[in-house]
Amino acid sequence: MAERILKNISLRGLKNAVKGNDYRKEATISYGILIGGYILMQLLIAAGLIGHNLQGQLVPICVYISLAVSLNLVVGISGELSLGHAGFMAVGAFSGILVSRVIGQGISFEPAVVLISMLFAALMASIAGFIIGIPILGLRGDYLAIVTLAFGEIIRNIMNVLYFGLDNGKLKFAFNHTIDGIDSNDRIITGAIGATGTKTMATFTWGLVLCLFTVFIVLNLKNSKQGRAIMSIRDNRIAGESIGLDVRKYKLMAFIVSSALAGMAGCLFGLNYSTLVPMKFNFNTSVLILVFVVLGGVGNIWGGIIAAALLTILPETFRQFADYRMLTYAVVLILVMIGTYNPAIKSRVAAVWSKVKPKKKNKGPGKPKKKKAGKEAA
Amino acid sequence: MADKRDKEFDAVYDISDPGHGYENRQEIYYNDNVGGRAVFVDSKEQYDPDEPYNDQVYIPEKDRDKAPILEVKGLGIDFGGLTAVDNFNLTLGRTEIGGLIGPNGAGKTTIFNMLTKVYEPTRGEIFFDGKSTKGMNTVDINKAGMARTFQNIRLFDKLTVEENIKVALHHTTNYGLIDGMLHTPKYRHEEFRIRKEAMKYLKIFGMTKTADYRAGSLPYGAQRRLEIMRALATKPKLLLLDEPAAGMNPSETSELMDTIREIRDRFQIGIFLIEHDMSLVMGICEGIVVLNYGRTIAKGWPEDIQRNPKVIEAYLGKSRGKMEEEEEKEKEDLEAAFSKGRLESAPSGKPDTARKESE
Repeated sequence: MAERILKNISLRGLKNAVKGNDYRKEATISYGILIGGYILMQLLIAAGLIGHNLQGQLVPICVYISLAVSLNLVVGISGELSLGHAGFMAVGAFSGILVSRVIGQGISFEPAVVLISMLFAALMASIAGFIIGIPILGLRGDYLAIVTLAFGEIIRNIMNVLYFGLDNGKLKFAFNHTIDGIDSNDRIITGAIGATGTKTMATFTWGLVLCLFTVFIVLNLKNSKQGRAIMSIRDNRIAGESIGLDVRKYKLMAFIVSSALAGMAGCLFGLNYSTLVPMKFNFNTSVLILVFVVLGGVGNIWGGIIAAALLTILPETFRQFADYRMLTYAVVLILVMIGTYNPAIKSRVAAVWSKVKPKKKNKGPGKPKKKKAGKEAA
Repeated sequence: MADKRDKEFDAVYDISDPGHGYENRQEIYYNDNVGGRAVFVDSKEQYDPDEPYNDQVYIPEKDRDKAPILEVKGLGIDFGGLTAVDNFNLTLGRTEIGGLIGPNGAGKTTIFNMLTKVYEPTRGEIFFDGKSTKGMNTVDINKAGMARTFQNIRLFDKLTVEENIKVALHHTTNYGLIDGMLHTPKYRHEEFRIRKEAMKYLKIFGMTKTADYRAGSLPYGAQRRLEIMRALATKPKLLLLDEPAAGMNPSETSELMDTIREIRDRFQIGIFLIEHDMSLVMGICEGIVVLNYGRTIAKGWPEDIQRNPKVIEAYLGKSRGKMEEEEEKEKEDLEAAFSKGRLESAPSGKPDTARKESE
C-alpha cells in the first residue's frame, strides 16, 4: 500500500500526471510550482539566505501571482482586455482592512479574522465587478479596455475622498472631510492618507493559501460547463449564440469571478501593510498585472505564476542598481516579448535548445550512435 | 453495457413519438397562425412551373398527418434599399429533408440567417413548431429547437473535439457555477454523463479517435462533420445545414448523404439544407426550393426541378434560340408601343426617331 502511494508520488507518477490531458497537466504544474516555491522559500529562510527586503516581498509576490491568475480568467479565458484590475484589488483591500479592524476588536484568533476579511473583500469586489460589468457587457475589445481603465481610476479617486472611523464601536463614514469627534487612533481610512494603523496579519502561508485557492478556482472553472461556454464564446461568438449560449451571462460570470478573486488578493495585500495609500492602486498596477499575464502567456496559468514571481523578485534583488532598474526592466520586457512572439527567433532558440539538450531524450537517433561507438571501440 | 447506452440514447430521442407530441399543437397551428389548410401537391400532373408558388406546399406524404416543423410566409429582408430576399414561402415537414438551391448570391444563406435570427426579417413571418419566432433572438431560436451549421466553418478552434460537443450539451448539463468552481460530486456525475453522451455522437460519425484533438487541427471534412455533431448535440427538432458538402470529394459526399439520411431516421428531425452539389441535393432532398436574385423561381419535387426550364435558365443561362426569341419579342413590343405613340415623352431611348415614326 505504502509502496503504491510512494510510486504515485515519485517522479514517474508526476510524469504520468503531466502526460495526461491538458487539465491535469496544467493543474499539476501550477500546484507544483506554488508548493515547491513555498517549500524552497521556507528552507532558504530557515537557512538564513534570504534578506530582509525579499522576505518582506513574499506576501506581495503571492498577491501578484493570484492577481495574475485571476486576470487571466478575463484576458486569457474570456478573451477580453481589462485594464482596471487594480480597482477591484483596491475595493478588496480597503473593505478587507475595514472588516479586519471592526471584527478584530471582538475576535482575537487571527486566522479567522483574515479569513472573514478575505471573504467580505471577495463579496464587495464581486459586487463592484457586477456593477461595472453590466454597462460594459455590450462593449468589445478596445472599448471594454478603456471603460475598465476608467473604472479603476474612479475607484481610486473615490478612495481618495472616503473616510471611515470607529465611534465607540460603531462604524462611521463620510465623504471629503475628516470625521469629527473620533480619536485619531480610531480612524481606519482617512482619504488620501489611506488606511492607517492596520494590524499586519498577512503571512507567507496565507499567501500560499490564497494562490492555491485562486489557481484551484480558475482551473476548475476552466474545466467546467461554464468555463467551456466562456472559452467557446471567446473562440467564436456567433457559433456560441447558435448553440444557445447566453453571451452576456458568461462574459459577466468570468468578470465577476475574476474581480472577486482580485478582491481577495487585495485584502491580503492590505493586511500586509500597516499603512496603505489609495495611490498604490493606480493605472500602473493594473498594467503591471497585465504584463504578468501577457509575459506568462495569455491563457497560460502557470506561465503567469512564474512571470509574476520573477518580475516582483528581480527588481527587488537588483535594488542596488536602482537608477537603471526601470530602464532594464523595460528593455528586458521588450526583448522577451519580441523573443516569444517572433517565429524566426523562436525557431532559432528551438534549434539551439535541441543542440544543448541532453541527448538522452531523443531515443531514436541516440541509440544507434552508441552502438556505432561500441563497434568502433571493439 | 452497449445496450444500456443505446437505451439511454433512445430515451433522449423518443423514437416511439416521432411527432414530438404534435397532436396538442395541431389545433393552434391550424387555427391562428396559418389561416387555412395548405394546398398539397401530389403528383406530376398537378405540377405547374408557372403557378405562383405561394399556395403550393410540397411535403412528403409521410409527414402530411403531422403539423409542419417550419412554416415561412412572405419572408423578405432589405439591406438599405436593396432587397436581398423577397416573398419567400416555405413549408417543411416534420421529418423532411428539404433543399434550398440557387446560384451564388441568390440569398440562400440570408434566409438561414433570418430563420436563426442573425438578421431580423423586414417582412413576413416564421412559424417554428407552430409558434411565431417574432421577438426571439439567436439563443432563443436554438433553445426552441433549431440548430444550424455555417458555410464558413465556425468551430471552437482552441477547444478539443470532445469539448466542442460538450459545450453544445450545455443546456442538458445540470450543475451550477459553485459546482463548477469546486468540482463537487454533482459536477463529477454530470461530467461523466455528458462525456458518455458526447462519445455517442462521436461514435455515430466515427470520430471517437479524434476526441482529444483540437478542433482547429482537424481536416476539413472532419470539421464539417464536427459542426453537424455540435448542432445535433443541442437536441434540435430542425437542423439547418449550410453547404455541408462544400470542399468534399465525391466519395466523401456520398458518405455525407448516408449520414444525413441516418441522422433524419435516427433522430426523427427535419433537415433543411443549402447545397451546390446537385448529386447530393437530388439524391436526398424530398422537396426543393430554387432561389434566384432573392426570389423563388421554382419549388417542387427533385424530378420536377430537374426539368424546370426556369431553373435550367438560372443555372446555365438562356439558350441561344430563346434569347433570340425574346429579343424578337421585345422588339415587337417596342414597335407596338411606338406605333401607339406611348413613348413620345419618354426621356431615354431615341426620342427623335420615336417622334418621327409616330408622325
